[in-house]
Amino acid sequence: MKNVSLISAIALVAATAGSAQAQTLEKVISEGVLACGVSEGVPGFSNPNSEGVWEGLDVDICRAVATAVLGDPDAVRFSPLTSSQKILAVSSGQVDMTSRTTTWTMKRDSAEGVDFTQVVFYDGQGFMVRAESGITDANQLDSATVCVTTGTTTELNLADFARAQNITIEPVVFEGKREAVAAYESGRCDALTTDASQLGAFRTSFIDPEAHTILDTLISKEPLAPLVAHGDNQWKDIVTWTIFGLISAEELGITSENVADLAANSDNPDVQRLLGASGDTGGFVGLEGSWMKDVIASVGNYGEIFDRNLTQTLGLERGLNAQWNDGGILYAMPIR
Amino acid sequence: MSSIPKIKSKSLSGQVLWAVFAQGAVLVVVLSAAYFLFQNTQANLDAKGIKSGFAFLGHEAGLPIGDSLIEYDPTKSYGYAFLVGILNTLMVSALAIILSTILGILVGVARVSSNWLLARLAAIYVETLRNIPLLLTLIFTYIIIIGSLPHPRDAISLFDGYFLSNRGIYIPKPIAEDGFGIFIIAAIVASVLAISFGVWARQYKRRTGRLVPGIWGGLAIFTVLTGLAFLATGNPVGSETPEFRGFNFSGGLGLKPEFVALLTGLVLYTAAYIGENVRSGIESVHAGQIEAANALGVPSGVVTRLVMLPQALRVTIPATTNDYASLVKNSSLAVAIGFPDMVSVGGTIIGQNGQAIEIIAMWMAVYLTINMLISFGMNLLNSRVQIVER
Repeated sequence: MKNVSLISAIALVAATAGSAQAQTLEKVISEGVLACGVSEGVPGFSNPNSEGVWEGLDVDICRAVATAVLGDPDAVRFSPLTSSQKILAVSSGQVDMTSRTTTWTMKRDSAEGVDFTQVVFYDGQGFMVRAESGITDANQLDSATVCVTTGTTTELNLADFARAQNITIEPVVFEGKREAVAAYESGRCDALTTDASQLGAFRTSFIDPEAHTILDTLISKEPLAPLVAHGDNQWKDIVTWTIFGLISAEELGITSENVADLAANSDNPDVQRLLGASGDTGGFVGLEGSWMKDVIASVGNYGEIFDRNLTQTLGLERGLNAQWNDGGILYAMPIR
Repeated sequence: MSSIPKIKSKSLSGQVLWAVFAQGAVLVVVLSAAYFLFQNTQANLDAKGIKSGFAFLGHEAGLPIGDSLIEYDPTKSYGYAFLVGILNTLMVSALAIILSTILGILVGVARVSSNWLLARLAAIYVETLRNIPLLLTLIFTYIIIIGSLPHPRDAISLFDGYFLSNRGIYIPKPIAEDGFGIFIIAAIVASVLAISFGVWARQYKRRTGRLVPGIWGGLAIFTVLTGLAFLATGNPVGSETPEFRGFNFSGGLGLKPEFVALLTGLVLYTAAYIGENVRSGIESVHAGQIEAANALGVPSGVVTRLVMLPQALRVTIPATTNDYASLVKNSSLAVAIGFPDMVSVGGTIIGQNGQAIEIIAMWMAVYLTINMLISFGMNLLNSRVQIVER
């Protein structure tokens, strides 16, 4: 599976004529569907539910962009990508954007043919261990076996952490997250490491969640952001400002409930600009004036998305992901 | 008279010319298509701001690898990390080829056995293993291993110093002690003597027709001499016993569950195919020949060795070459069960720096090289057992 897709991505790079991807917006409009890369299944971020409908924070970002561009939150074709595919699938144009718990790093942004848009979740890498092991701090993991997923920054962070602490950690590296989690659960590893939010998500799926502890130690910064192909600035702007729009909406108190009312009756100039009642913010990026109004009506603001996908089901707190004026670092640039 | 061959040769050379021209044209088309693809890829990569080239192989890898034959740590380069992966692929392939050949021969012989139960069991084995995807066999083996064995704290200790747990099999590691060098020299001398004896025995048999057991004699010489040297140097091989410390065993030799599961899966799967090759080889030998040899009173061991085997091998070897090649390629399924083979390590490198084309080219080159070498070796072997046509 993986290789087939990797090879096809390479074939695309090899066979397509150059600079065909400067017009992602036109392509999405003419096809009437947004091709969005997501994970193979991370609860809370992107995971198909029992009816096969994709759900999660990352999924809602795809739906928000689809609504902004096409006016329909269901006009999305979701492509599950493994870690080693996620960058290449975007840079080769197989998908229009990837919204897949991908860490924003300098190398990826500058040397791998993709551009990151805006952070949608501030995460950090943590460890989960068995409660009975008595481990309370990550530096007690000397000589421990740790399950980890391949092709991610997680793997590098683990090696860096062991070097910095001068301890030996024996990694067991799996292609997919599910295999890594299953191996940890069956006792192959003493600890499982990935982004702390995902650890929480995986723990809820265990038979006995209480038997596992997530350590407080975070060993890295993981700003997770959707990415688009390098070189199409208009498309990058669309995704970036849709995300800012979602965050601003929460800041301004616009929800899916009151958006129609506020669009018609609000006197707040910020609200008017965001919902297209005054000015032409949509026109700046080649979209309808009412782009954000439709988006918020269909997927809600950032706070609603977070609450629906992460707080209600997984019990995750906002933490760093609260608004800047509420103890977090979420800070949308002004939409004007 | 003389004009006829002239015309003939002229028309022939016309055909030859035409053939050369056609082949040349095809070659030009293929090469220019390849050149176009290469240029276009380069241009597209540049346009997208993706780095290309192999310079990254010298950069620090920073990635952890759990199972390595050579000393590895994350400060080593990407190229070195890839080498670790290649060695892991080579080791698991080589061991799997040896073990699956042994098991395959046993299965093949059992298939044609006159013992009804044995033949049935072998048939069930072959049909089951051949009809289940290898990936499932691997995952099944892996889950059995890590699911059924205990935590290293409660490891099963078969003998003193031998431990079985879901972290793998740990056994004492032999260590060279004082006098090991002398012992090795003695062992070399012993093997030279043993081989010389074998050669002499063969020549003696040819010269006089009298049978001297060269192989057994050689083995005896080797065993006695090395045994004496071992005692004389005062037990030059010590051992380091694995010990449970912290979370896992340290010291000793460890075989990780991923390695054991991959090896077991590959061996079980490939042995089913090799068993069929062996069976078809045995069945291809005309029964009349065996009967004739038996009627002449030739001992059954000699019948097998000198009548059946040489002819059966002619059928078995070419098919087995294919299975060896498949086995090497199948080892790439390691990634599903977390064994750091070349594909797993390469996949990580792609994830780190995005240079997929280079890594995939390297994967291809390595598999191609390994399989060409296997083909070459097997063809040599094959040419020795084929009928020499005069």
